[in-house]
Amino acid sequence: MLLQIAEPGQSAAPHQHKLAAGIDLGTTNSLVAAVRSGEAKTLVNAQGRDMLPSVVRYTHDKVIVGDAAMAAAVDDADNTIVSVKRLMGKGYSETLALKDKVPYQLIDQQGLVAINTAQGIKNPVEVSAEILATLANTASETLGGELNGVVITVPAYFDDAQRQATKDAAKLAGLNVLRLLNEPTAAALAYGLDSGQEGIIAVYDLGGGTFDISILRLRRGVFEVLATGGDSALGGDDFDHAIVSYLQQQSGEVQLSHQQMRQYLTTARSIKEQLTDSDTVSFSLPTAGGVHSGTLNKADFEQLIGALVKKTIRACRQVLRDAGLTGEDIVKVVMVGGSTRVPLVRSEVAAFFATQPLTSIDPDKVVAIGAAIQANVLVGNKADGDTLLLDVIPLSLGLETMGGLTEKIIPRNTVIPVARAQEFTTFKDGQTAMALHVVQGERELVDDCRSLARFELRGIPPMPAGGAHIRVTFQVDADGLLSVTAQEKSSGVQANIQVKPSYGLSDDQVATMLKSSMQYARQDMQLRLLREQQVEAERVLEAVSQALKADAALLSAQEHTDINQALAELARVKQGDDTAAIKAAIEHTNHLTDDFAARRMDQSVRSALTGHNVDEV
Amino acid sequence: MNYFQLFNLPAQFDLDLTELGSRYLQLQRRFHPDQHSAGSERDRLLAVQQTANINDAYHSLKQPLLRAEHLLALRGLKISHEQRSFNDPQFLMQQMELREQLADIAQSDDADAVIDSIERQLQQQKKQLLQQLATALDAGSAEQDQLAADLIRKLKFFFKLQQELELTEQQLQD
Repeated sequence: MLLQIAEPGQSAAPHQHKLAAGIDLGTTNSLVAAVRSGEAKTLVNAQGRDMLPSVVRYTHDKVIVGDAAMAAAVDDADNTIVSVKRLMGKGYSETLALKDKVPYQLIDQQGLVAINTAQGIKNPVEVSAEILATLANTASETLGGELNGVVITVPAYFDDAQRQATKDAAKLAGLNVLRLLNEPTAAALAYGLDSGQEGIIAVYDLGGGTFDISILRLRRGVFEVLATGGDSALGGDDFDHAIVSYLQQQSGEVQLSHQQMRQYLTTARSIKEQLTDSDTVSFSLPTAGGVHSGTLNKADFEQLIGALVKKTIRACRQVLRDAGLTGEDIVKVVMVGGSTRVPLVRSEVAAFFATQPLTSIDPDKVVAIGAAIQANVLVGNKADGDTLLLDVIPLSLGLETMGGLTEKIIPRNTVIPVARAQEFTTFKDGQTAMALHVVQGERELVDDCRSLARFELRGIPPMPAGGAHIRVTFQVDADGLLSVTAQEKSSGVQANIQVKPSYGLSDDQVATMLKSSMQYARQDMQLRLLREQQVEAERVLEAVSQALKADAALLSAQEHTDINQALAELARVKQGDDTAAIKAAIEHTNHLTDDFAARRMDQSVRSALTGHNVDEV
Repeated sequence: MNYFQLFNLPAQFDLDLTELGSRYLQLQRRFHPDQHSAGSERDRLLAVQQTANINDAYHSLKQPLLRAEHLLALRGLKISHEQRSFNDPQFLMQQMELREQLADIAQSDDADAVIDSIERQLQQQKKQLLQQLATALDAGSAEQDQLAADLIRKLKFFFKLQQELELTEQQLQD
């Protein structure tokens, strides 16, 4: 159980090497990396490329991912989904601003945003799952076997809905997610292990569609995020759009077709990239009347994007304030994301922090490399007690109260995992249900925050008004994902909670998507569920056996016998193919060992600090 | 839950923050969910809960006001969620004066000087009250505990003012 796994050198069997990969699921490009022979490296696909354009094309009978999809982005713009990350966890109404900027058709799918393609309606989770599956496939082929687990990176600034959508996509792609890791933390991990850097660092991450700024303290293997901020809808794509507006002005084409828009965007991106090393770039674009040729110089480009870059610097100032620091406290600045190649970005960041930013690891690869390092640790290949990643929640979690106001439950930059309880009481006689609205954001008014979910508590025992005290616990795990539990205090009755995510898929919807997805025929699906239960059964057997070996003294003879019987039964059904029976045996074992686990936890907490307690009490 | 016990530290107001920090990391290394990613579902859930407890305890002991509140709660005096006004005209008068100064910052010719002046007053008052709080909590009598509770209530006003001052300063900078 818990204690044993933590202790190095006590595992039962010599571990076989497990296959794990780190995935950077980016707006523009995605990468997969793994630790091989002790070194974390990005993996190349059959075409010899490690950068996979995050582009998915749906023809009537095929799904094409990556470079081949990108090649059709102009000719088949409607069915070629680019920058899908910007749509993750979003409601349709929230993406209206993007509607004229993306060259494909956004539609309203019960409040959520989705895309109309030649293969029917696809939601962002499904599109992202295709990208993830492609990357996982590259990793399996390179590493020579199925992956045991993956670490997927997300912008630190991603809210709960965006994180949940990412996790759902992984589930749909058939991947076991060891952890959602914040991109800046991954980057720091890649650099930290390289250079043994100590002190306070800033990670400036400007990707295709998102901007993150994080402040971390590094000391003896501990990566402690002090504060994080940014803008989940600001990135290199916006630079491209700024250039497109300029190009439209120049060419006089006011209204662009989807195909033209793709053409303009491709030209814009190419101009942006060329301006990294040149001072002037010439371009030509088709117009209604023929062809328009022109040039854009560096100074004008910098004028176009100046306000956007300033916006990122303002976020840097804010996050330093949150951390209670000034620019002088920062010893190093790590640059992440392709957009940090833009010279204006580098010079503004250097000026703000008064230090030359670090770029020695390729800014496109550094996140995937960090993710691979952590994946290797989490899958159990490295008994690494040295690295500890302490992350924070990027946006405050709150509840709607009277008059449409929010009450903060967990303020932003609180270290995760975190659990906070809040007590509520009934206001009517015999009231048995209660509704809660959870929002995320910093503003006072509910309408200005992001709605996360509505929870309905049912099964509250009927009592006079004010008689029932319901304790609602909000828990955020290490992935930054929220879960809510509720209990009536006087009766101890566990209230039943129904979650309606505001901008996400319910568990049922994810299950339905899984079942209907082409990748998993019905039989595959059942096999997969069986395999999952078998893996969990193995884990339970291993954990409980270890616990018995170490702490049988905490059990009565009767308890010990009962547990042994349950283990024998679990081991027996595990061999079979009855998924439900395995699940039941696991639950039975867990139920029998709950007290044991709690006792061991207490003991473990008491013993964790021994060696300190001699002279102090 | 006794947070001092969790960190194996003596239950007193005067706390070695460096020692607290190093014990916090020691506990994190042992219980953080990342150390249990290969465990069974129940064990992973336990790790999340345990780490959340450790984080909460650390958060509470690190800050003097929360630490004092926790100490009083352990002695049976719970004030963390109370709603009450208290009757100390002189103190309330002082608060009102400080608030007026704060409100006038925007109109002032030399905002920085006013901010510095308020900042100095706040720091001085806080320091004084915190010293009194430490003495009261060390005494450990019921009477002194009540005094400590009053001091905490007063300190809360000053911490709130401090926050508002910082906010005003930020708004001026932006």
